[in-house]
Amino acid sequence: MTAGVSQRQRVLHTFLKNKTSIIGAIIALIIILIAILAPWISPYDPLKQNVYYRLTPPELTHPLGTDLYGRDVLSRVLWGARVSLLVGTVSVLLGMIIGTGMGMVAAYKGGKVETAMMRAIDILMSFPDEVFGIMVMIVLGSGLLNVIIAITILMIPRFARMAHAPTLALKEKDYISAARSIGLNDFRILTRHVLPNIFGEILVMSTLWLGTAIRLEASLSFLGMGVPPPTPTLGNMVRVGVDYLGYAPWISVFSGLTILIIVFGFNILGDGLRDISDPKLYA
Amino acid sequence: MISYTIRRILIAISTLLIVLTIVFVLVRIAPGDPAEVRLGDYASKAGVEALREEMGLNDPMWLQYVRFLKGLVQGDFGRSMLNGKPISGDLKRALPYTLQLTFTGIIFGVLLGVPLGVYTALRRNALPDYLGRTFSLAGLSFPTFYLGILLMLLFAVKLRLFPVVGGGDIHSLGDNLQHLFLPALTLGLIMTAYITRIVRSSVLNVLSEDYVQTARSKGLKEPVVIYKHVLKNALLPIIALIGVYSIVLIGGSVMVEIVFSRPGLGKMMIGAMKQRDYTTLQSVMVVYASFVVILNLLTDLTYGLVDPRIKYD
Repeated sequence: MTAGVSQRQRVLHTFLKNKTSIIGAIIALIIILIAILAPWISPYDPLKQNVYYRLTPPELTHPLGTDLYGRDVLSRVLWGARVSLLVGTVSVLLGMIIGTGMGMVAAYKGGKVETAMMRAIDILMSFPDEVFGIMVMIVLGSGLLNVIIAITILMIPRFARMAHAPTLALKEKDYISAARSIGLNDFRILTRHVLPNIFGEILVMSTLWLGTAIRLEASLSFLGMGVPPPTPTLGNMVRVGVDYLGYAPWISVFSGLTILIIVFGFNILGDGLRDISDPKLYA
Repeated sequence: MISYTIRRILIAISTLLIVLTIVFVLVRIAPGDPAEVRLGDYASKAGVEALREEMGLNDPMWLQYVRFLKGLVQGDFGRSMLNGKPISGDLKRALPYTLQLTFTGIIFGVLLGVPLGVYTALRRNALPDYLGRTFSLAGLSFPTFYLGILLMLLFAVKLRLFPVVGGGDIHSLGDNLQHLFLPALTLGLIMTAYITRIVRSSVLNVLSEDYVQTARSKGLKEPVVIYKHVLKNALLPIIALIGVYSIVLIGGSVMVEIVFSRPGLGKMMIGAMKQRDYTTLQSVMVVYASFVVILNLLTDLTYGLVDPRIKYD
């Protein structure tokens, strides 16, 4: 128990010494708070149209301006961040559970199961994300749940590959053989003895991939294949704003900037965490 | 080397076959009847049925699959569901725009990213390193379409230095380059961010090796150590990851083509998707998949050339 606490203290100490992680964690925390509090902190209803205020430039009453229908861009950005974070978090969590499970089982079982699973993963990973995402969305149709499914499918191979290599190394360890010899079943060995040893690394990568998932959601929305209007999504707002770039650039610029800040926040947090777990390469 | 090459080619062919099968299946299970799409909302039932028969959609799935593969082998991509014209013509027109964009992006990324990565690694933890790392992390975070829009806003809309949209005349060098500049800069900057990062970590890895210390202690000059001992050994992971990131770049090219209305494969794909022209969509997917498989094959073969040990794997 004492060893556990001191290990935790050591990690926390290293984390607090790493400036990049701290900046990333602060940005991530602010984004999460904004996403949760959006209904209370948005100055206006994100769907409320006001024709008298169409395409108003940023001013005191509308700090980020208004869009084509006079809707407040700041309020829409805050609600859009909520959708981005929801899609990103749920897809990464699902991808992590399914992918890690697949990677561990493939490595642990070996043989044909491993060959088939890893080959399938290689093939899935050989599609560019956007192209595969589009293919899945064509089949499923647009909608919140379908975007989550599409991005989850894109996340699964990443986690599977990530979990596969360390499980291969771990299964040769004496304590795993010992666990097997006392009759523990495979599920228990994988969840109780393998998973805790690889989970830290997986958690670090999931922070980085959360950024990727949010970027993908924005890309699909930008192509008009994400969550359909009128729900505000950042990608969709950028797309709509492109037509007014010459005289109302604030629509695209601010909604795109929000995507950039969110992804950047999670990327520097993940990068910092990776520094801590692998100081040799990234310090 | 020959057996290595043959084995890699065989793996590439089998991968391509599986990928083509996935594309075929996905397009078949996508919602919407191709015959209804082509004839429109007011088509008669008999008319739709006749067209289904003509298009071979009533044939068993395996027969359609064999026909699909046979067509591809002969370079026949079928006909557009929308206008009945051969798709290969459209592909031939779109392909140069995408190839030009992707290759320029990769070259830009390599030319800028490799020196930047080496420089930041050599100045580890100094100001240039922090700046370089921030630049590359920002590049990794930028949605491609957003970077494209910002560059378009600055250079095309505000400064009017480049055309806002379009691909230009592919046969006129000046016009073509003018239209290529901003889309290629967008992809190139993103690629630079990826390459800077991998080159930096790869060089740092090699710098900590004993043989680099030995080379230095022999009194070799620093440029010789860097070029002969560090870069040569850091090259393999760099090539591997440039191959991987080129796939990312192909995905990015779809977004860039949409932003700049560049008449390449990405624009063709999104257009086909919006009009539910599934045969065109299927063909574009096939071309993208082939790109990726060929790119992976070339990456694997380059390994063999760069690192002779791999031949004996």
